[in-house]
Amino acid sequence: MIIAVSSPDGKFSTEFSPRFGRCNFFIIIDTDTREWESKPNPAANARGGAGPQAVQFLSASGAEAAITGRYGPNAFTTLKAAGIRAYIADAGTPEELLDRFLAGTLEEVNAATGGELHH
Amino acid sequence: MKIAIASGKGGTGKTTIATAFAQALSRAEYSVSLLDCDVEGPNSHIFIQPEFDQFEDVNMLIPSVDDETCTGCGQCAEVCQFHAIVVIGGQTLVFPEMCHGCGSCTLICPEEAITEIPKRLGILEGGLSQEGIRFGHGILNIGEPMAVPVISKLKKWQDLMDAEVVLIDSPPGASCPVVESLRGADYIILVTEPTPFGLHDLRQAYKVTQELGIPAGVIINRDGIGDTGVEQYCEEVGLQIFMQIPLERKIGQGIAQGKSLLEIKPEYENRFLQLYLQIIEALSIVDRS
Repeated sequence: MIIAVSSPDGKFSTEFSPRFGRCNFFIIIDTDTREWESKPNPAANARGGAGPQAVQFLSASGAEAAITGRYGPNAFTTLKAAGIRAYIADAGTPEELLDRFLAGTLEEVNAATGGELHH
Repeated sequence: MKIAIASGKGGTGKTTIATAFAQALSRAEYSVSLLDCDVEGPNSHIFIQPEFDQFEDVNMLIPSVDDETCTGCGQCAEVCQFHAIVVIGGQTLVFPEMCHGCGSCTLICPEEAITEIPKRLGILEGGLSQEGIRFGHGILNIGEPMAVPVISKLKKWQDLMDAEVVLIDSPPGASCPVVESLRGADYIILVTEPTPFGLHDLRQAYKVTQELGIPAGVIINRDGIGDTGVEQYCEEVGLQIFMQIPLERKIGQGIAQGKSLLEIKPEYENRFLQLYLQIIEALSIVDRS
């Protein structure tokens, strides 16, 4: 399974980014092999609609689950349409969040967790 | 004659000046209209007290996708430069608050699966004041980012635009709603205050007037509060300063009580009539050159 963790610096062992649509990088991880790669988020500086654009990028990257700090309403609607599951965390590195995902201790959300953000 | 009252900085006194100007001209029996284009926070009506009897909704057409007909080809999403339509997982999602109402998605859809439905952005209200000022303003819905369509529809109200003198109270700043408010004006009065903040924002607002090719002059409000930077700048770039309204407790207190500048200081009536003549004079100089 492919999961995506939002990241400020594209690194596996530093703190993740709680921002979703406008995070700088996504760490795309294969949960079976623990192989990962860092991809710059093309929506980071979008004028508007960063959430849906980030989801489109994740969908094209084959992600089936996303891990971040919060989801706005537009991002969440798009995730649902794309069939990508939404998980949230308060803190952690992508590496730690992968372990928590595999252990089944991450919180999955079924609604937007925050209001819309404009930058 | 269409005169817009603008400023880069908020709270400089645009509305104070626009309303006093309208009252002075109306008392001198000019046919005057005042359009409050500050649709995010219109408050000229508080000074003018019109009897509102004209109302109109301002709508924008946003796409609605018929899921049965839609094949998910994604052409609508590609053509939308505001990312208001996303095709993902076989679904076409519309985000109305990002839509600018251009209609490209509807035109490009090969299946004709998109129809356009009106979304209300705000309303227009208009009416006559006791003094005979024809007044109109737009009110943008709370949380709605699209101010421009509300302003442009207000500026199409013909009985307002047909007045001998049309005064336009612009929103502050230097962005799209300001440009939309100023467009078509014969003259722009830039209201500022003599502070580094006023100067900074005056420079921006002046650039907008230059970009639009509309001649402009300055009124300094709260004169005496700050420094001489604004005066120096006006001299440098050749901006005429028409009026300097001093920082006076009496004026501030009166405005705070909802009184118009002319109620507080009746002697300004004559000064605003002079202002009108000065603008006509300034424009005739522009015409001749």
